[in-house]
Amino acid sequence: MLAIFKREFNSYFTNPMGYVFLAVFYFFSGMYFSITLKYNSTDISIVFSYLFEVLMFIIPLLCMRLMSDEKRQKTDQLLLTSPVSITGLVIGKFLAAFAIYAMALAVTVVYSIILSFFAAPEWAVIIGNIFGSLIMGAAMISICLLISACTESQIIAAIGGLAAMLLLWMVENVAYLLPDSFSWLGNILSQLSFSSRYDNFCSGILDIGDVLFYISAVVVFLFFNVRVIEKRRWS
Amino acid sequence: MNILTGYISSTSGSVEIDGYDILDNPIEAKQKIGYLPELPPLYTDMTVQGYLSFVYDLKKCKIPKKQHIDDVCRRVRIDHVQNRIIKNLSKGYRQRVGLAQALIGNPEVLILDEPTVGLDPKQIIEIRDLIKVLGERHTVILSSHILSEVQAVCDRLVIINGGKIVADDTAENLTRKLSKDFRYIIRVEGPQEDIQKVLSSIPGMKEVLFNGEKEPGAFEFSLESDPALDIRREVFHRIVTRNWTILSFRSTEMTLEDIFLQLTTGDSAAAEATLAGAESDDEGNTEGQAAADSQQVESIEVVNPETGDTEDVSKPLEAPEIYEEKKVNMNENGGEE
Repeated sequence: MLAIFKREFNSYFTNPMGYVFLAVFYFFSGMYFSITLKYNSTDISIVFSYLFEVLMFIIPLLCMRLMSDEKRQKTDQLLLTSPVSITGLVIGKFLAAFAIYAMALAVTVVYSIILSFFAAPEWAVIIGNIFGSLIMGAAMISICLLISACTESQIIAAIGGLAAMLLLWMVENVAYLLPDSFSWLGNILSQLSFSSRYDNFCSGILDIGDVLFYISAVVVFLFFNVRVIEKRRWS
Repeated sequence: MNILTGYISSTSGSVEIDGYDILDNPIEAKQKIGYLPELPPLYTDMTVQGYLSFVYDLKKCKIPKKQHIDDVCRRVRIDHVQNRIIKNLSKGYRQRVGLAQALIGNPEVLILDEPTVGLDPKQIIEIRDLIKVLGERHTVILSSHILSEVQAVCDRLVIINGGKIVADDTAENLTRKLSKDFRYIIRVEGPQEDIQKVLSSIPGMKEVLFNGEKEPGAFEFSLESDPALDIRREVFHRIVTRNWTILSFRSTEMTLEDIFLQLTTGDSAAAEATLAGAESDDEGNTEGQAAADSQQVESIEVVNPETGDTEDVSKPLEAPEIYEEKKVNMNENGGEE
Protein backbone atom coordinates (compact mmCIF):
# COMPACT_ATOMS: atom_id res chain seq x y z
CA MET A 1 0.00 0.00 0.00
CA LEU A 2 2.79 2.38 0.96
CA ALA A 3 4.69 1.51 -2.21
CA ILE A 4 1.65 2.25 -4.36
CA PHE A 5 1.01 5.50 -2.49
CA LYS A 6 4.62 6.58 -2.99
CA ARG A 7 4.63 5.74 -6.68
CA GLU A 8 1.33 7.45 -7.43
CA PHE A 9 2.28 10.50 -5.41
CA ASN A 10 5.61 10.82 -7.20
CA SER A 11 4.04 10.25 -10.59
CA TYR A 12 1.86 13.33 -10.06
CA PHE A 13 5.09 15.30 -10.15
CA THR A 14 6.90 13.36 -12.89
CA ASN A 15 4.12 14.28 -15.28
CA PRO A 16 2.35 17.62 -15.39
CA MET A 17 -0.93 16.50 -13.82
CA GLY A 18 0.02 17.32 -10.23
CA TYR A 19 1.40 20.72 -11.12
CA VAL A 20 -1.60 21.61 -13.25
CA PHE A 21 -3.99 20.57 -10.51
CA LEU A 22 -2.17 22.61 -7.88
CA ALA A 23 -1.83 25.60 -10.19
CA VAL A 24 -5.52 25.64 -11.13
CA PHE A 25 -6.53 25.24 -7.52
CA TYR A 26 -4.18 27.97 -6.27
CA PHE A 27 -5.26 30.33 -9.02
CA PHE A 28 -8.98 30.10 -8.36
CA SER A 29 -8.76 29.98 -4.59
CA GLY A 30 -6.38 32.94 -4.73
CA MET A 31 -8.85 34.77 -6.93
CA TYR A 32 -11.70 34.31 -4.50
CA PHE A 33 -9.41 35.21 -1.61
CA SER A 34 -8.47 38.46 -3.32
CA ILE A 35 -12.16 39.27 -3.67
CA THR A 36 -12.57 38.64 0.07
CA LEU A 37 -9.72 40.99 0.81
CA LYS A 38 -11.10 43.61 -1.56
CA TYR A 39 -14.38 43.73 0.33
CA ASN A 40 -12.50 44.13 3.62
CA SER A 41 -14.04 40.96 4.96
CA THR A 42 -12.42 38.40 7.25
CA ASP A 43 -15.03 35.82 6.31
CA ILE A 44 -13.01 33.16 4.50
CA SER A 45 -16.13 31.01 4.06
CA ILE A 46 -16.76 32.72 0.73
CA VAL A 47 -13.57 31.24 -0.61
CA PHE A 48 -14.60 27.76 0.48
CA SER A 49 -18.12 27.99 -0.87
CA TYR A 50 -16.78 28.87 -4.32
CA LEU A 51 -14.19 26.11 -4.13
CA PHE A 52 -16.92 23.50 -4.61
CA GLU A 53 -17.40 24.54 -8.23
CA VAL A 54 -13.66 24.49 -8.85
CA LEU A 55 -13.20 21.07 -7.28
CA MET A 56 -16.09 19.71 -9.28
CA PHE A 57 -14.09 20.28 -12.45
CA ILE A 58 -10.56 19.45 -11.34
CA ILE A 59 -11.02 16.41 -9.12
CA PRO A 60 -12.18 14.21 -12.04
CA LEU A 61 -8.98 15.26 -13.81
CA LEU A 62 -6.91 14.39 -10.76
CA CYS A 63 -8.35 10.89 -10.60
CA MET A 64 -8.95 10.01 -14.25
CA ARG A 65 -5.57 8.35 -14.75
CA LEU A 66 -5.32 6.44 -11.48
CA MET A 67 -7.07 3.20 -12.37
CA SER A 68 -7.81 3.44 -16.08
CA ASP A 69 -4.20 3.88 -17.12
CA GLU A 70 -3.11 0.76 -15.24
CA LYS A 71 -5.45 -1.29 -17.32
CA ARG A 72 -4.49 0.34 -20.59
CA GLN A 73 -0.76 -0.08 -19.99
CA LYS A 74 -1.29 -3.58 -18.55
CA THR A 75 0.59 -2.59 -15.41
CA ASP A 76 -2.32 -3.92 -13.39
CA GLN A 77 -0.81 -7.32 -14.14
CA LEU A 78 2.12 -6.34 -12.00
CA LEU A 79 0.00 -4.91 -9.20
CA LEU A 80 -2.49 -7.77 -9.07
CA THR A 81 0.19 -10.47 -9.15
CA SER A 82 2.20 -8.80 -6.41
CA PRO A 83 1.73 -9.64 -2.76
CA VAL A 84 -0.58 -6.66 -2.22
CA SER A 85 -4.26 -6.91 -1.40
CA ILE A 86 -6.72 -5.16 -3.69
CA THR A 87 -7.89 -3.10 -0.73
CA GLY A 88 -4.32 -1.95 -0.18
CA LEU A 89 -4.05 -1.08 -3.86
CA VAL A 90 -7.23 1.00 -3.86
CA ILE A 91 -6.42 2.75 -0.58
CA GLY A 92 -2.88 3.50 -1.74
CA LYS A 93 -4.18 5.19 -4.88
CA PHE A 94 -6.91 7.01 -2.99
CA LEU A 95 -4.42 8.37 -0.46
CA ALA A 96 -2.07 9.56 -3.20
CA ALA A 97 -4.82 11.63 -4.82
CA PHE A 98 -5.99 12.76 -1.42
CA ALA A 99 -2.49 13.89 -0.46
CA ILE A 100 -2.29 16.07 -3.57
CA TYR A 101 -5.69 17.49 -2.76
CA ALA A 102 -4.63 18.15 0.83
CA MET A 103 -1.53 19.94 -0.48
CA ALA A 104 -3.76 22.13 -2.58
CA LEU A 105 -6.11 22.83 0.28
CA ALA A 106 -3.22 23.68 2.59
CA VAL A 107 -3.03 27.03 0.85
CA THR A 108 -6.18 28.11 2.67
CA VAL A 109 -4.20 27.93 5.91
CA VAL A 110 -1.91 30.57 4.43
CA TYR A 111 -4.94 32.70 3.56
CA SER A 112 -6.18 32.40 7.14
CA ILE A 113 -2.85 33.54 8.49
CA ILE A 114 -2.86 36.50 6.12
CA LEU A 115 -6.35 37.40 7.39
CA SER A 116 -5.19 37.22 10.97
CA PHE A 117 -2.94 40.22 10.31
CA PHE A 118 -5.97 42.37 9.57
CA ALA A 119 -8.37 41.20 12.24
CA ALA A 120 -8.91 38.22 14.49
CA PRO A 121 -10.57 35.62 12.25
CA GLU A 122 -13.00 33.09 13.63
CA TRP A 123 -10.67 30.14 13.91
CA ALA A 124 -13.45 27.70 14.71
CA VAL A 125 -15.17 28.52 11.44
CA ILE A 126 -11.93 28.27 9.49
CA ILE A 127 -11.03 24.89 10.93
CA GLY A 128 -14.55 23.64 10.34
CA ASN A 129 -14.34 24.82 6.74
CA ILE A 130 -11.01 23.17 6.10
CA PHE A 131 -12.18 19.94 7.68
CA GLY A 132 -15.41 20.00 5.67
CA SER A 133 -13.52 20.61 2.42
CA LEU A 134 -11.13 17.79 3.21
CA ILE A 135 -13.78 15.14 3.72
CA MET A 136 -15.92 16.38 0.88
CA GLY A 137 -12.90 16.23 -1.43
CA ALA A 138 -12.18 12.73 -0.16
CA ALA A 139 -15.71 11.67 -1.08
CA MET A 140 -15.34 13.22 -4.55
CA ILE A 141 -12.00 11.49 -5.06
CA SER A 142 -13.41 8.10 -4.12
CA ILE A 143 -16.28 8.52 -6.60
CA CYS A 144 -13.96 9.56 -9.42
CA LEU A 145 -11.60 6.72 -8.56
CA LEU A 146 -14.45 4.25 -8.94
CA ILE A 147 -15.34 5.69 -12.35
CA SER A 148 -11.70 5.46 -13.37
CA ALA A 149 -11.67 1.79 -12.37
CA CYS A 150 -14.62 1.08 -14.66
CA THR A 151 -12.95 2.14 -17.89
CA GLU A 152 -9.68 1.90 -19.78
CA SER A 153 -9.87 5.39 -21.19
CA GLN A 154 -8.75 8.41 -19.24
CA ILE A 155 -11.07 10.65 -21.21
CA ILE A 156 -14.12 8.56 -20.39
CA ALA A 157 -13.03 8.49 -16.76
CA ALA A 158 -12.71 12.28 -16.74
CA ILE A 159 -16.04 12.91 -18.44
CA GLY A 160 -17.78 10.30 -16.31
CA GLY A 161 -16.34 11.84 -13.18
CA LEU A 162 -17.42 15.29 -14.27
CA ALA A 163 -20.93 14.04 -14.98
CA ALA A 164 -21.10 12.43 -11.54
CA MET A 165 -19.92 15.63 -9.90
CA LEU A 166 -22.46 17.71 -11.81
CA LEU A 167 -25.19 15.30 -10.83
CA LEU A 168 -24.24 15.54 -7.17
CA TRP A 169 -24.26 19.28 -7.49
CA MET A 170 -27.64 19.47 -9.18
CA VAL A 171 -29.36 16.61 -7.45
CA GLU A 172 -31.35 19.07 -5.36
CA ASN A 173 -32.70 20.71 -8.47
CA VAL A 174 -33.69 17.33 -9.80
CA ALA A 175 -35.50 16.66 -6.54
CA TYR A 176 -37.25 20.00 -6.87
CA LEU A 177 -38.51 19.13 -10.33
CA LEU A 178 -40.21 15.93 -9.20
CA PRO A 179 -44.01 16.01 -8.96
CA ASP A 180 -45.59 16.11 -5.49
CA SER A 181 -46.54 12.44 -5.56
CA PHE A 182 -42.83 11.63 -5.68
CA SER A 183 -41.90 13.86 -2.77
CA TRP A 184 -40.46 10.84 -0.89
CA LEU A 185 -37.99 10.35 -3.72
CA GLY A 186 -37.24 14.06 -3.72
CA ASN A 187 -36.46 13.87 -0.01
CA ILE A 188 -34.02 11.03 -0.54
CA LEU A 189 -32.32 12.79 -3.45
CA SER A 190 -31.91 16.07 -1.64
CA GLN A 191 -30.26 14.22 1.23
CA LEU A 192 -27.66 13.01 -1.25
CA SER A 193 -26.70 16.48 -2.35
CA PHE A 194 -23.04 17.21 -1.83
CA SER A 195 -23.39 20.95 -2.20
CA SER A 196 -26.07 21.61 0.41
CA ARG A 197 -24.14 19.62 3.02
CA TYR A 198 -21.01 21.50 2.07
CA ASP A 199 -22.86 24.79 2.48
CA ASN A 200 -23.48 23.81 6.09
CA PHE A 201 -19.75 23.62 6.68
CA CYS A 202 -19.25 26.94 4.94
CA SER A 203 -21.75 28.67 7.17
CA GLY A 204 -19.91 27.32 10.18
CA ILE A 205 -22.24 24.46 11.10
CA LEU A 206 -20.41 21.27 12.03
CA ASP A 207 -23.16 18.68 11.86
CA ILE A 208 -22.14 15.14 12.77
CA GLY A 209 -24.63 13.90 10.14
CA ASP A 210 -22.76 15.74 7.39
CA VAL A 211 -19.42 14.44 8.58
CA LEU A 212 -20.72 10.89 8.63
CA PHE A 213 -22.30 11.37 5.21
CA TYR A 214 -19.01 12.23 3.54
CA ILE A 215 -16.98 9.65 5.41
CA SER A 216 -19.45 6.89 4.64
CA ALA A 217 -19.44 7.97 1.00
CA VAL A 218 -15.66 7.49 0.97
CA VAL A 219 -15.94 4.06 2.55
CA VAL A 220 -18.77 2.90 0.29
CA PHE A 221 -17.16 4.02 -2.95
CA LEU A 222 -13.75 2.60 -2.03
CA PHE A 223 -15.49 -0.66 -1.23
CA PHE A 224 -17.23 -0.61 -4.62
CA ASN A 225 -13.86 0.06 -6.16
CA VAL A 226 -12.36 -3.04 -4.60
CA ARG A 227 -15.34 -5.08 -5.79
CA VAL A 228 -15.06 -3.75 -9.36
CA ILE A 229 -11.42 -4.85 -9.56
CA GLU A 230 -12.20 -8.15 -7.89
CA LYS A 231 -15.05 -8.74 -10.31
CA ARG A 232 -12.73 -8.36 -13.28
CA ARG A 233 -10.75 -11.36 -12.08
CA TRP A 234 -13.82 -13.53 -12.15
CA SER A 235 -15.19 -12.59 -15.54
CA MET B 1 -0.31 -18.04 -16.85
CA ASN B 2 -2.66 -15.36 -15.61
CA ILE B 3 -4.48 -17.93 -13.55
CA LEU B 4 -1.25 -19.28 -12.09
CA THR B 5 -0.25 -15.83 -10.91
CA GLY B 6 -3.67 -14.97 -9.53
CA TYR B 7 -4.38 -12.22 -12.05
CA ILE B 8 -7.58 -13.90 -13.07
CA SER B 9 -9.27 -16.74 -11.27
CA SER B 10 -9.83 -20.22 -12.57
CA THR B 11 -13.22 -21.56 -13.58
CA SER B 12 -12.25 -24.97 -12.26
CA GLY B 13 -9.28 -26.59 -10.64
CA SER B 14 -6.91 -25.01 -8.18
CA VAL B 15 -3.44 -23.50 -8.17
CA GLU B 16 -1.01 -24.16 -5.39
CA ILE B 17 2.38 -22.47 -5.20
CA ASP B 18 4.66 -24.20 -2.73
CA GLY B 19 1.64 -25.35 -0.72
CA TYR B 20 -0.18 -22.01 -0.74
CA ASP B 21 -3.43 -21.81 -2.66
CA ILE B 22 -3.48 -18.71 -4.86
CA LEU B 23 -7.08 -17.93 -3.92
CA ASP B 24 -6.98 -18.81 -0.22
CA ASN B 25 -3.55 -17.40 0.64
CA PRO B 26 -2.89 -14.98 -2.22
CA ILE B 27 -0.28 -12.89 -0.42
CA GLU B 28 1.94 -15.84 0.56
CA ALA B 29 1.58 -17.52 -2.82
CA LYS B 30 2.28 -14.33 -4.79
CA GLN B 31 5.37 -13.67 -2.71
CA LYS B 32 6.91 -16.79 -4.25
CA ILE B 33 6.21 -15.78 -7.85
CA GLY B 34 8.03 -13.54 -10.26
CA TYR B 35 5.86 -12.95 -13.31
CA LEU B 36 6.78 -11.53 -16.68
CA PRO B 37 3.59 -11.16 -18.73
CA GLU B 38 3.65 -11.12 -22.51
CA LEU B 39 3.75 -7.32 -22.42
CA PRO B 40 6.15 -6.21 -19.66
CA PRO B 41 4.12 -4.20 -17.12
CA LEU B 42 6.26 -1.07 -17.12
CA TYR B 43 5.46 2.44 -15.97
CA THR B 44 7.00 4.22 -18.91
CA ASP B 45 7.36 7.54 -17.15
CA MET B 46 9.68 6.16 -14.45
CA THR B 47 13.40 5.53 -14.54
CA VAL B 48 14.60 1.92 -14.49
CA GLN B 49 15.98 2.45 -11.02
CA GLY B 50 12.78 4.07 -9.75
CA TYR B 51 10.64 1.35 -11.28
CA LEU B 52 12.65 -1.50 -9.79
CA SER B 53 12.70 0.21 -6.44
CA PHE B 54 8.90 0.47 -6.63
CA VAL B 55 8.63 -3.24 -7.44
CA TYR B 56 10.97 -3.95 -4.55
CA ASP B 57 8.69 -2.04 -2.16
CA LEU B 58 5.62 -3.65 -3.71
CA LYS B 59 6.96 -7.15 -3.08
CA LYS B 60 7.96 -6.22 0.46
CA CYS B 61 11.45 -7.68 0.06
CA LYS B 62 13.71 -8.15 3.02
CA ILE B 63 17.07 -8.17 1.18
CA PRO B 64 19.22 -4.99 1.30
CA LYS B 65 17.61 -2.78 -1.31
CA LYS B 66 20.32 -0.94 -3.24
CA GLN B 67 22.55 -3.97 -3.41
CA HIS B 68 19.74 -6.28 -4.54
CA ILE B 69 18.56 -3.95 -7.31
CA ASP B 70 22.12 -3.50 -8.55
CA ASP B 71 22.60 -7.24 -8.48
CA VAL B 72 19.43 -7.90 -10.50
CA CYS B 73 20.38 -5.21 -13.01
CA ARG B 74 23.78 -6.79 -13.48
CA ARG B 75 22.24 -10.19 -14.05
CA VAL B 76 19.99 -8.98 -16.87
CA ARG B 77 22.64 -6.51 -18.05
CA ILE B 78 20.72 -3.28 -17.68
CA ASP B 79 23.04 -1.69 -15.11
CA HIS B 80 24.19 0.95 -17.59
CA VAL B 81 20.65 2.19 -18.31
CA GLN B 82 19.51 2.33 -14.69
CA ASN B 83 18.98 6.07 -14.74
CA ARG B 84 17.22 6.24 -18.08
CA ILE B 85 13.47 6.73 -18.36
CA ILE B 86 11.80 3.51 -19.48
CA LYS B 87 9.91 5.34 -22.22
CA ASN B 88 13.21 5.95 -24.02
CA LEU B 89 14.43 2.34 -23.96
CA SER B 90 14.31 -0.06 -26.88
CA LYS B 91 12.07 -3.13 -26.94
CA GLY B 92 14.91 -5.43 -25.94
CA TYR B 93 15.82 -3.32 -22.96
CA ARG B 94 12.20 -3.03 -21.91
CA GLN B 95 11.90 -6.80 -22.04
CA ARG B 96 14.95 -7.08 -19.83
CA VAL B 97 13.60 -4.53 -17.40
CA GLY B 98 10.47 -6.69 -17.29
CA LEU B 99 12.61 -9.70 -16.55
CA ALA B 100 14.46 -7.76 -13.84
CA GLN B 101 11.11 -6.89 -12.34
CA ALA B 102 10.24 -10.58 -12.14
CA LEU B 103 13.59 -11.34 -10.51
CA ILE B 104 13.24 -8.78 -7.74
CA GLY B 105 12.96 -10.50 -4.40
CA ASN B 106 14.52 -13.73 -5.70
CA PRO B 107 11.19 -15.56 -6.06
CA GLU B 108 11.28 -19.33 -6.09
CA VAL B 109 9.06 -19.60 -9.14
CA LEU B 110 9.57 -17.53 -12.26
CA ILE B 111 6.70 -17.47 -14.73
CA LEU B 112 7.70 -16.11 -18.11
CA ASP B 113 5.15 -15.63 -20.88
CA GLU B 114 6.86 -15.50 -24.27
CA PRO B 115 9.96 -13.74 -22.96
CA THR B 116 11.67 -13.40 -26.35
CA VAL B 117 8.81 -12.11 -28.43
CA GLY B 118 9.72 -9.07 -30.52
CA LEU B 119 13.45 -9.28 -29.91
CA ASP B 120 16.22 -9.46 -32.48
CA PRO B 121 18.20 -12.73 -32.83
CA LYS B 122 21.09 -11.54 -30.68
CA GLN B 123 18.78 -10.44 -27.91
CA ILE B 124 16.86 -13.70 -28.16
CA ILE B 125 20.05 -15.68 -27.61
CA GLU B 126 20.98 -13.46 -24.66
CA ILE B 127 17.61 -13.84 -23.01
CA ARG B 128 17.64 -17.61 -23.56
CA ASP B 129 21.07 -17.90 -21.99
CA LEU B 130 19.87 -15.82 -19.10
CA ILE B 131 16.86 -18.07 -18.62
CA LYS B 132 19.10 -21.12 -18.65
CA VAL B 133 21.25 -19.59 -15.93
CA LEU B 134 18.18 -18.62 -13.95
CA GLY B 135 16.96 -22.19 -14.21
CA GLU B 136 19.81 -23.29 -12.01
CA ARG B 137 18.47 -21.30 -9.08
CA HIS B 138 14.75 -20.87 -9.72
CA THR B 139 11.88 -22.94 -11.00
CA VAL B 140 11.17 -21.43 -14.38
CA ILE B 141 7.84 -21.91 -16.10
CA LEU B 142 8.09 -20.66 -19.63
CA SER B 143 5.32 -20.42 -22.13
CA SER B 144 6.20 -20.09 -25.75
CA HIS B 145 4.89 -20.70 -29.21
CA ILE B 146 8.39 -20.88 -30.61
CA LEU B 147 9.15 -24.56 -30.31
CA SER B 148 12.83 -24.37 -31.15
CA GLU B 149 13.15 -22.03 -28.21
CA VAL B 150 11.43 -24.53 -25.97
CA GLN B 151 13.79 -27.22 -27.19
CA ALA B 152 16.79 -24.99 -26.54
CA VAL B 153 15.89 -23.88 -23.05
CA CYS B 154 13.72 -26.43 -21.31
CA ASP B 155 14.20 -29.65 -19.41
CA ARG B 156 10.59 -30.62 -19.14
CA LEU B 157 7.81 -30.07 -21.59
CA VAL B 158 4.07 -29.86 -21.04
CA ILE B 159 1.80 -29.57 -24.05
CA ILE B 160 -1.71 -28.37 -23.34
CA ASN B 161 -4.48 -28.79 -25.85
CA GLY B 162 -8.03 -27.61 -25.21
CA GLY B 163 -7.30 -27.16 -21.52
CA LYS B 164 -6.00 -30.71 -21.16
CA ILE B 165 -2.44 -31.79 -20.66
CA VAL B 166 -1.63 -34.04 -23.59
CA ALA B 167 2.07 -34.54 -22.90
CA ASP B 168 4.43 -34.01 -20.01
CA ASP B 169 7.99 -35.24 -20.42
CA THR B 170 11.40 -34.29 -21.72
CA ALA B 171 11.60 -33.45 -25.41
CA GLU B 172 13.79 -36.51 -26.13
CA ASN B 173 11.44 -38.91 -24.39
CA LEU B 174 8.49 -37.51 -26.27
CA THR B 175 10.28 -37.96 -29.56
CA ARG B 176 11.23 -41.49 -28.67
CA LYS B 177 7.76 -42.50 -27.59
CA LEU B 178 5.88 -40.89 -30.42
CA SER B 179 7.94 -42.05 -33.37
CA LYS B 180 6.83 -45.58 -34.06
CA ASP B 181 9.75 -46.40 -36.29
CA PHE B 182 13.13 -45.01 -37.20
CA ARG B 183 13.85 -43.30 -40.46
CA TYR B 184 17.22 -42.76 -42.02
CA ILE B 185 18.32 -40.99 -45.13
CA ILE B 186 21.37 -42.41 -46.88
CA ARG B 187 23.27 -41.28 -49.95
CA VAL B 188 25.43 -43.91 -51.63
CA GLU B 189 27.71 -43.87 -54.67
CA GLY B 190 27.27 -47.04 -56.74
CA PRO B 191 24.79 -48.86 -58.99
CA GLN B 192 21.32 -47.76 -58.01
CA GLU B 193 19.37 -51.00 -58.42
CA ASP B 194 21.95 -53.14 -56.64
CA ILE B 195 22.08 -50.75 -53.71
CA GLN B 196 18.31 -50.83 -53.35
CA LYS B 197 18.28 -54.60 -53.46
CA VAL B 198 21.01 -54.90 -50.83
CA LEU B 199 19.35 -52.40 -48.54
CA SER B 200 15.97 -54.13 -48.81
CA SER B 201 17.48 -57.45 -47.83
CA ILE B 202 18.69 -56.17 -44.44
CA PRO B 203 16.75 -57.80 -41.58
CA GLY B 204 14.46 -55.37 -39.77
CA MET B 205 14.15 -53.10 -42.81
CA LYS B 206 10.52 -52.15 -43.45
CA GLU B 207 10.75 -49.97 -46.48
CA VAL B 208 13.35 -48.55 -48.85
CA LEU B 209 12.32 -45.53 -50.90
CA PHE B 210 14.38 -44.16 -53.74
CA ASN B 211 14.68 -40.35 -53.50
CA GLY B 212 16.49 -39.79 -56.78
CA GLU B 213 19.99 -39.13 -58.05
CA LYS B 214 21.16 -36.22 -55.92
CA GLU B 215 24.72 -36.05 -57.19
CA PRO B 216 26.17 -37.59 -60.38
CA GLY B 217 26.48 -41.29 -59.63
CA ALA B 218 25.15 -40.97 -56.10
CA PHE B 219 21.65 -42.02 -55.10
CA GLU B 220 19.58 -41.16 -52.05
CA PHE B 221 17.26 -43.56 -50.24
CA SER B 222 14.86 -43.22 -47.31
CA LEU B 223 15.01 -46.19 -45.01
CA GLU B 224 12.33 -47.16 -42.52
CA SER B 225 13.21 -49.77 -39.98
CA ASP B 226 11.79 -51.64 -37.04
CA PRO B 227 12.53 -49.62 -33.88
CA ALA B 228 13.48 -52.80 -32.03
CA LEU B 229 16.48 -53.37 -34.28
CA ASP B 230 19.38 -51.04 -34.88
CA ILE B 231 20.14 -51.40 -38.58
CA ARG B 232 22.88 -48.80 -38.85
CA ARG B 233 25.86 -51.13 -38.47
CA GLU B 234 24.41 -53.65 -40.85
CA VAL B 235 23.76 -50.97 -43.51
CA PHE B 236 27.31 -49.68 -43.24
CA HIS B 237 28.82 -53.12 -43.34
CA ARG B 238 26.95 -54.35 -46.37
CA ILE B 239 27.68 -51.25 -48.42
CA VAL B 240 31.35 -51.06 -47.50
CA THR B 241 32.01 -54.74 -48.29
CA ARG B 242 30.73 -54.10 -51.84
CA ASN B 243 33.16 -51.16 -52.23
CA TRP B 244 30.41 -48.57 -52.62
CA THR B 245 30.82 -45.22 -50.87
CA ILE B 246 28.47 -43.71 -48.29
CA LEU B 247 28.37 -39.97 -48.87
CA SER B 248 25.90 -39.16 -46.10
CA PHE B 249 23.90 -41.11 -43.57
CA ARG B 250 21.58 -39.45 -41.07
CA SER B 251 18.52 -40.22 -39.02
CA THR B 252 15.44 -38.07 -39.27
CA GLU B 253 13.99 -37.72 -35.83
CA MET B 254 10.68 -36.10 -35.11
CA THR B 255 11.02 -32.42 -34.44
CA LEU B 256 9.12 -30.72 -31.66
CA GLU B 257 6.87 -29.26 -34.33
CA ASP B 258 5.90 -32.76 -35.43
CA ILE B 259 5.21 -33.75 -31.84
CA PHE B 260 3.12 -30.67 -31.24
CA LEU B 261 1.10 -31.18 -34.40
CA GLN B 262 0.59 -34.86 -33.69
CA LEU B 263 -0.62 -34.13 -30.17
CA THR B 264 -2.86 -31.18 -30.92
CA THR B 265 -4.49 -32.03 -34.23
CA GLY B 266 -6.86 -34.72 -35.41
CA ASP B 267 -4.92 -37.83 -34.54
CA SER B 268 -4.14 -36.62 -31.02
CA ALA B 269 -6.15 -39.45 -29.50
CA ALA B 270 -3.95 -42.00 -31.22
CA ALA B 271 -0.81 -40.17 -30.17
CA GLU B 272 -1.99 -39.99 -26.58
CA ALA B 273 -2.67 -43.68 -26.57
CA THR B 274 0.85 -44.26 -27.87
CA LEU B 275 2.23 -42.08 -25.10
CA ALA B 276 0.18 -43.84 -22.46
CA GLY B 277 1.33 -47.19 -23.73
CA ALA B 278 4.95 -46.17 -23.80
CA GLU B 279 4.70 -44.84 -20.28
CA SER B 280 3.22 -48.05 -18.91
CA ASP B 281 6.19 -49.87 -20.43
CA ASP B 282 8.81 -48.06 -18.40
CA GLU B 283 6.78 -46.95 -15.44
CA GLY B 284 9.52 -47.21 -12.86
CA ASN B 285 11.75 -45.23 -15.12
CA THR B 286 9.37 -42.30 -15.55
CA GLU B 287 8.68 -42.02 -11.86
CA GLY B 288 12.33 -41.62 -11.11
CA GLN B 289 12.53 -39.05 -13.81
CA ALA B 290 9.63 -37.01 -12.48
CA ALA B 291 11.36 -36.83 -9.12
CA ALA B 292 14.57 -35.77 -10.81
CA ASP B 293 12.66 -33.11 -12.71
CA SER B 294 11.18 -31.55 -9.63
CA GLN B 295 14.67 -31.28 -8.18
CA GLN B 296 16.04 -29.94 -11.36
CA VAL B 297 14.01 -26.76 -11.31
CA GLU B 298 13.44 -26.07 -14.95
CA SER B 299 10.09 -26.86 -16.38
CA ILE B 300 8.05 -25.82 -19.30
CA GLU B 301 4.71 -25.59 -20.74
CA VAL B 302 3.32 -24.92 -24.15
CA VAL B 303 -0.12 -23.51 -24.42
CA ASN B 304 -2.24 -24.19 -27.41
CA PRO B 305 -2.70 -20.83 -29.13
CA GLU B 306 -6.38 -21.36 -29.85
CA THR B 307 -7.62 -22.74 -26.62
CA GLY B 308 -4.73 -21.80 -24.32
CA ASP B 309 -6.13 -22.74 -20.95
CA THR B 310 -3.63 -23.43 -18.23
CA GLU B 311 -5.46 -24.89 -15.34
CA ASP B 312 -3.75 -26.69 -12.51
CA VAL B 313 -0.37 -27.13 -14.09
CA SER B 314 1.45 -26.31 -10.91
CA LYS B 315 0.85 -29.75 -9.51
CA PRO B 316 3.04 -32.67 -10.49
CA LEU B 317 1.32 -34.63 -13.14
CA GLU B 318 0.44 -38.22 -13.16
CA ALA B 319 0.85 -40.48 -16.13
CA PRO B 320 -2.45 -41.01 -17.94
CA GLU B 321 -4.50 -43.66 -16.27
CA ILE B 322 -4.69 -47.05 -17.84
CA TYR B 323 -7.19 -49.60 -16.71
CA GLU B 324 -5.66 -52.80 -15.44
CA GLU B 325 -7.72 -55.05 -17.68
CA LYS B 326 -6.78 -52.95 -20.70
CA LYS B 327 -3.10 -53.10 -19.79
CA VAL B 328 -3.13 -56.88 -20.03
CA ASN B 329 -4.29 -56.71 -23.63
CA MET B 330 -1.63 -54.29 -24.70
CA ASN B 331 1.15 -55.27 -27.00
CA GLU B 332 4.58 -53.81 -26.63
CA ASN B 333 3.75 -50.75 -28.72
CA GLY B 334 0.83 -49.88 -26.47
CA GLY B 335 -1.84 -50.74 -29.00
CA GLU B 336 -4.52 -53.24 -28.21
CA GLU B 337 -4.16 -56.73 -29.52
